[in-house]
Amino acid sequence: MTTPTTSEIVARCQALFDDLDFTSARQWKEAEPGRKVIGFMPVYVPREIIHAAGMLPLGIMGGGDNLEVIHGDAYYQSYICRIPRSTIELGISGRLDFVDGMLFPSICDVIRNLSGMWKMLFPQVYSRYFDVPQTYEDEVGGVYYENEINEFLHDLEEMAGRRIAAGDLRKSIDIYNKNRKLIRDLYTLRAQKPWQAPASEAYLVIRAGLVLPVEEHSELLEQYIAAAAAEDRPIKDNSRVIVTGMFCEQPPLNLIKSLELSGCYIVDDDFMLVSRWLVGDVPLDGDPVHNLAQAFLHHSESTAAKYEPDPLEKGQYLVRAVRRTGAEGVIFTSPSFCDPALLDRPMLQNVLAKADIPYIAFKYAENSGQMQPIREQAGTFVDSIKLWSAA
Amino acid sequence: MKPKVTKAPPAEVVKDASMLKQKEMMAAHYDRLSSARETGEKVASTFVPGNLNELLMCFDLVNNLPEVNAIQSGLRRQSGAYIMEAERSGHSEDVCTYVKSDIGMMAKGNIGPNGKQLPDPDVLMLSYTGCFTFMKWFELLRERYKCETIFLQTPYMADGKITPNMIQYMVRQFKEDVIPKLEKVSGVKFDIDRLREYLAKSAKAEDDLVYILKSARNKPSPIDAYFGGIYYIGPIFGAFRGADDAIDYYRFLREEVDQRVAAGLGPVTPDGPMGEERYRLVVEGPPNYTNFRQFWKMFYEEGATVVASSYTKVGGTYDYGFRHDPARPLETLAEYCLGVYTNRSLPMRIEMLANYIDEYEADGLLVNSIKSCNSFSAGQLLIMREVEKRTGKPAAFIETDLVDPRYFSAANVKNRLESYFQMIEQKRSGRGAAA
Repeated sequence: MTTPTTSEIVARCQALFDDLDFTSARQWKEAEPGRKVIGFMPVYVPREIIHAAGMLPLGIMGGGDNLEVIHGDAYYQSYICRIPRSTIELGISGRLDFVDGMLFPSICDVIRNLSGMWKMLFPQVYSRYFDVPQTYEDEVGGVYYENEINEFLHDLEEMAGRRIAAGDLRKSIDIYNKNRKLIRDLYTLRAQKPWQAPASEAYLVIRAGLVLPVEEHSELLEQYIAAAAAEDRPIKDNSRVIVTGMFCEQPPLNLIKSLELSGCYIVDDDFMLVSRWLVGDVPLDGDPVHNLAQAFLHHSESTAAKYEPDPLEKGQYLVRAVRRTGAEGVIFTSPSFCDPALLDRPMLQNVLAKADIPYIAFKYAENSGQMQPIREQAGTFVDSIKLWSAA
Repeated sequence: MKPKVTKAPPAEVVKDASMLKQKEMMAAHYDRLSSARETGEKVASTFVPGNLNELLMCFDLVNNLPEVNAIQSGLRRQSGAYIMEAERSGHSEDVCTYVKSDIGMMAKGNIGPNGKQLPDPDVLMLSYTGCFTFMKWFELLRERYKCETIFLQTPYMADGKITPNMIQYMVRQFKEDVIPKLEKVSGVKFDIDRLREYLAKSAKAEDDLVYILKSARNKPSPIDAYFGGIYYIGPIFGAFRGADDAIDYYRFLREEVDQRVAAGLGPVTPDGPMGEERYRLVVEGPPNYTNFRQFWKMFYEEGATVVASSYTKVGGTYDYGFRHDPARPLETLAEYCLGVYTNRSLPMRIEMLANYIDEYEADGLLVNSIKSCNSFSAGQLLIMREVEKRTGKPAAFIETDLVDPRYFSAANVKNRLESYFQMIEQKRSGRGAAA
């Protein structure tokens, strides 16, 4: 079997991204009787548990800019973001009729309320609001979270008709550790040589991991990293930037491409945080539920939906990301009406200002079509970075 | 020579005795707040949903509620300028206007409704209950005030019930974090018996509050449970629950309501006693405060009384049986937080509203959707359709905002309300003809 080229891998990922019928996930389910698929929304769920139950975790990141929302708009006022309306559209149009369960992580009030709506609209589907702790002491938030995980585990055992043994969970953790390591490697490549792995390609490759079985995705990641690193791609006179705010409603792919076309190397981002929410490997020895809980409490990423108890630490993750990746600026890209991103933004901007890191900000929707203003804004930002750094 | 134009004196706003009493209580509280530095009292800022006033009282802390400050700013038509100040400083036009009003008010000197400066808080009691925005709001205040911030997470009642895990989590937070930090800030040792005493007083006031709320089952209703309700919930949702003041107020209000029921009277409106009760409504969603009287007038001019509302449950769902229980002090604080309206799942909210329509024999449901409040607003269109389906009563939908005057379009709202009242009439005539 020949090793696929970068463009072949990206084409495959593009096809998966474009497929709003989730054909690959359907085929996975149909391949063996009794298989089940559990959908989940941003930001984070412990996919290892779903995997250990023999089920496929399916990331539902809204309908994107290719989905015409007809029914979904009847459920939301104009001043609510687009992801819940396109998600309802996916549900009502039958595109998720093969999904056996839906998880709604505690990210904001819109997704929170959507969990209740889903229960009413699709009463035959297992729906769970995944409420994570915002307190991080082991004996307080830790105990609460372990109980929540065990409750979820028990629900999946009932669905699966079998017990999920600790050994099953450890195997799944090991597999996801490998997947996360590969994603970290991809981000390292992007930071070191962003011209080799453009953000618009990497986005598709990472996003494929939300619909493919994790084992297949890890193989795809290995192939892409090797192929992309070997590509002969010209180095452009771009500025290195970090984009932040895209942790829930995803940007149109054209937005990412537009940023790159306007002179940005996107060296870090917060797209699809579930893929690398846990930082580092989750230990394999001992109680796997406890280990997953510990990883969440003490070794997880930062984002607007997560409380930062230490005021001095607030926003520092962004400063560290800038230093680590050699970024020259930050672009705040928030979905319209996104409370977490928009309320957090002024605080993060203050932190960047104190660290002398330039930034700009704009809003988008998952179906934004007009990219010219974004190109102009980003292009001017890049020019100003080059101008002032030369001075 | 130009004729001299004499402005007519503003019409006197009529208030009943309990409303005046409530105003006095609030005024006294703001005076206490604004003189805290002189008196040496320490100030805790917290939120209405999840307001642990009884606990704060155990530490001699004076309760400051930024949401109430924003409401007062809205009622006084100051919030518009505050919001624009906050937007000029970088806050998005899309986010909660309570937050922006508070941020803008701070930027302009933090002057309270009594015209005096409010003190910087000594502690931020971040009761993360029923609203994501609360987390960010107090992170923003923490950035400014650099004071102790105590975080209490209230798990969401997604499955329509309180679980042991939820209670245990909250009790552990009280024991391990909340109480030790309140001790440290206040210098006062926690006395659980003191808390029990306050909780017992809360329960007394809650009994009378529920009696008052349920008086709306009378025809005509002696109260307006939305516009008038804003006055009624002030003490119980704010700094008075657990204190004798709240017991006295609700006893006073209860007697006032009894007198109106005996006389067959409707509620008192700003223009005087309500005329004929023609429509009985259940309202979902907070009111608009910048045009509060104008908004209310659109109802009572048409003979519409609100007999039940969801907003009057944001600080506790006492009419569903909850009472603060001194026998289980920490557990009861947890149950109180868990049960507030905005911490209830969408199915629970629908059930509550549908029950209200039946219990209070309402003609229909009105949803006032608030542009900047995702906690209330996301899902309200489904709520409206589902309540209509379950009750067979018509529902209507209007859109305003809490305290941003730019989002109150009087003509639009009045037009929709008039159409809605006509719809109710038509349904009635249809039922009459069928009979």
